[in-house]
Amino acid sequence: MARKTTKHEFKSNTMPAIVTVGPVAILLLFLVVAPLIFVAIMSFCQTDEFYNVVYKFTASNYSKLISADYLKIYGQSLLIALITTVLCILIGYPFAYIIARTKSKKKQLFYMLVIIPFWTNSLIRIYGWRTFLGSSGWLNKLLVTLHIVGEPVDFLYKTGTTVLGMVYCFIPFMVLPLYTAIEKLDGSLLEASSDLGARPIKTLFEVIIPLTASGIFSGCLMVFIPCLGYFFVSNILGGGNTDMIGNLIERQFKSANNWPLGAALSIILILVTLLLVKIYQKLGGDMDSLGV
Amino acid sequence: MKKARKEKRNKRISIAFCSAVYLFLFLPICVVVANSFNATTSKPYLSWKGFTFDWYIKLWSNSSLLGSFGNTIIIAIVSTILSTIIGTLGAVGIYRYKFKGKGIINGLLYIPVVIPEIVIGIALLTIFSNANIPRGMLTLILSHVSFSVPYVIFNVRARLSGYDKSIEEASMDLGANRVVTFFEITLPVLAPGIAGGALLAFTLSIDDVIISYFVNGQTKTYPLKVMESIKSGVSPDVNALSTLVLIGTIGLVFLTQSGVLSGKHKKI
Amino acid sequence: MGTIVELVGVNKLYGSNHVVKDLNITVDEGEFLTLLGSSGCGKTTTLRMIAGFEEPSTGTIKVEGESIEEKEPFERNVNTVFQTYALFPHKTIFDNIAYGLKMKKVPKPEIKERVLEMMEMVQLTGFENRYPSQLSGGQKQRVAIARALINRPRVLLLDEPLGALDLKLRKQMQLELKRLQKKLNITFIYVTHDQEEALTMSDRIAIMHDGVVDQLASPTDIYEHPATRFVATFIGETNIYDGCVTSIKGEVATVTLENGAVKVKCDDSFSILEYATVSVRPEKMRFDTKPHEGFELVAVVKDYIYVGSVLKCIVSLPNGNELKIERLAGQELPAIGSRIYPYWEAEDGVLIHNDSYKIFKALDEIKLA
Repeated sequence: MARKTTKHEFKSNTMPAIVTVGPVAILLLFLVVAPLIFVAIMSFCQTDEFYNVVYKFTASNYSKLISADYLKIYGQSLLIALITTVLCILIGYPFAYIIARTKSKKKQLFYMLVIIPFWTNSLIRIYGWRTFLGSSGWLNKLLVTLHIVGEPVDFLYKTGTTVLGMVYCFIPFMVLPLYTAIEKLDGSLLEASSDLGARPIKTLFEVIIPLTASGIFSGCLMVFIPCLGYFFVSNILGGGNTDMIGNLIERQFKSANNWPLGAALSIILILVTLLLVKIYQKLGGDMDSLGV
Repeated sequence: MKKARKEKRNKRISIAFCSAVYLFLFLPICVVVANSFNATTSKPYLSWKGFTFDWYIKLWSNSSLLGSFGNTIIIAIVSTILSTIIGTLGAVGIYRYKFKGKGIINGLLYIPVVIPEIVIGIALLTIFSNANIPRGMLTLILSHVSFSVPYVIFNVRARLSGYDKSIEEASMDLGANRVVTFFEITLPVLAPGIAGGALLAFTLSIDDVIISYFVNGQTKTYPLKVMESIKSGVSPDVNALSTLVLIGTIGLVFLTQSGVLSGKHKKI
Repeated sequence: MGTIVELVGVNKLYGSNHVVKDLNITVDEGEFLTLLGSSGCGKTTTLRMIAGFEEPSTGTIKVEGESIEEKEPFERNVNTVFQTYALFPHKTIFDNIAYGLKMKKVPKPEIKERVLEMMEMVQLTGFENRYPSQLSGGQKQRVAIARALINRPRVLLLDEPLGALDLKLRKQMQLELKRLQKKLNITFIYVTHDQEEALTMSDRIAIMHDGVVDQLASPTDIYEHPATRFVATFIGETNIYDGCVTSIKGEVATVTLENGAVKVKCDDSFSILEYATVSVRPEKMRFDTKPHEGFELVAVVKDYIYVGSVLKCIVSLPNGNELKIERLAGQELPAIGSRIYPYWEAEDGVLIHNDSYKIFKALDEIKLA
């Protein structure tokens, strides 16, 4: 009967589901899942004398990963990422707090000013720092002219410079989730806290920070993880003295041509990421707040 | 009295602190802009040799730079269109239908967001090289679509979660069939989410260095061109182009914000 | 007046969840019918089946004598006012109201004329170019109503349309809706959980409970002659006594309660030894300082509550049950803690068959046998 068929068409969601979700599923399968599985396989492969990948099982790539040189770089990467994250919180939190809770009419502008730097290519901006900080750079010119220093100081190629570049690249990723979290904070809670006798500093630790914890966690995740892989910052500002895991991987694929070793290094990075995401979820972090 | 003075002091500290942060954010951009007017002609173009507009003129004869910028724009536009369509359909489908593997798809969407870009880059490189897909425009576009789609989906989904389904029922109740309802109601209401996702996809594509660096083959994008020239010193015409792009985007934002481009003043 | 909407044996199941059970309702033309019940009683589902957003699992829905289950929502000559208003956020008020006419491809000048006329009727003139987000709750409500009414539907379905408004506005809108309904002579099927709203506005009320209509009658009938124990307790305030009919003399039954016998009017559907419930409204209750003929209730005054126009007396029976009694004008107030004798005129009490006691009765009969 006619009734039955229309009812059937209406109720069946198979076709619309395939049409809408199909493309995403195919995309994820071929451009996310398959490549990552391939990396995992490759990390157990060997190379021949022409640096071609030979599909023969070996665990030697992983045993190379625990050489002393590499361990030093892992330590250095984690340290730089950690310092970067901490600095991003220390600078980003009060900053996000002030612009999120300002009563000024220019609030929208203050927010936009955090985003605008994104529109200039990140490499160029990092190079801008190099221009500014180099031994013949503009800061040195200024310092020498003002007789603050006699000789130009070399600010470049130090751990500190790499950290500066990293903080520069990632601070918006800390500020934006914090801004969202702080803006949602109900002002009457702060009033209630002070009404109940809490000094501002107490209110900060008892009310503000716990309620914006989600923003802090997602900010940390969005700073710490990509920091490990941002090889060009240490290339430009660290001059090879502050290698990170990202630099090691890049070299295996671009100059040393040892793809399996690079794949093994990537697997390490993936495992670190998964571990941190698990911790983040344990702490009650919402995956959706990472998509900003 | 004491309280007022204290508040005033706090306010001054806040302003000073925020100004310092903004200075930090904009200092390298100022350097970039300033250097685009630098009259120096010797590598690595670091010392200040006086003011000139020359680089803005020379820019137009630097065909490899302009070519790379053109590539960037083409890749950004194509990948934005593709990822917006795929992402919007996907977000609506995931939101509306129940199917097996929904949880898996939801989980996989976070991978390109959380995994470091370099891993995505080398993973795509290995798959492209093994599938014998020649690296170039095609691989760049595919890669950009792959990391943009999740962001489009998140944006559209955020819009969907605040979406009152009864407005679709209201539309049908008032005599519109499903197709008319989709175009009259669903699409316009989701439009801000879709536009936000598209804008994000475009921004990510234009600024992407790391993933493009691995999958580009011989095709150079603007960021890759910059990366190539860093060793020998970035020539001020690159700065000049960056400055123009910056002015263009700020101008565009200013126009949209002031409502010139939004259609709010529609007449009946 | 003929029948306009007819529900015949309508059932709705979600999986094993039976939300609407064998519903039979007929709605007359020009009638204001309210489906009243607490949340989850199936009233909204019923409305959505008439609108076409849900399909009945079994049964038929007829509008103007024609079965409409096969028709899509956009093919039905009924319109809905949604609980959440469901205004299109991206369209102006004018475009919202014009939507239905635009779908019918009514010529533009006519649309304009009719929309402006409708806006005047709901007192929204001047708001044409505003967006829904710029309106107050009451204004959005009027837009929702105007948007539905402009299509001149035979039946208007309203799903808790006043639920989101504050009390004062709600009262005002109740009167306005009633006025509009009379003026346009459109059949309203109105869903609400607010009994006062139902009592003020409706021609008839269907009280729904667990997917079943307990009683379908005029507001007065429902208040004065509740058909079930649920209806008696759901509508207005009442005193409820469960007991057993011990004797019937003419039209008056004696019902023996835990706390003693009482008298109440009954009809011939009741029989001796039947378990039944007596419901008496507080304003029908009386009390005295000495026992009253036929009533064996004794109570202690616990408290007085002043509720504006009347004073209510709370008394407690020996078994702990509390009764509410409205004081008669000028009646002397016994002190708190003093003993009184509650009673009522036999015709002021309502005797109700008690379904939940039927099972005990059946058990008793088995035992007797």
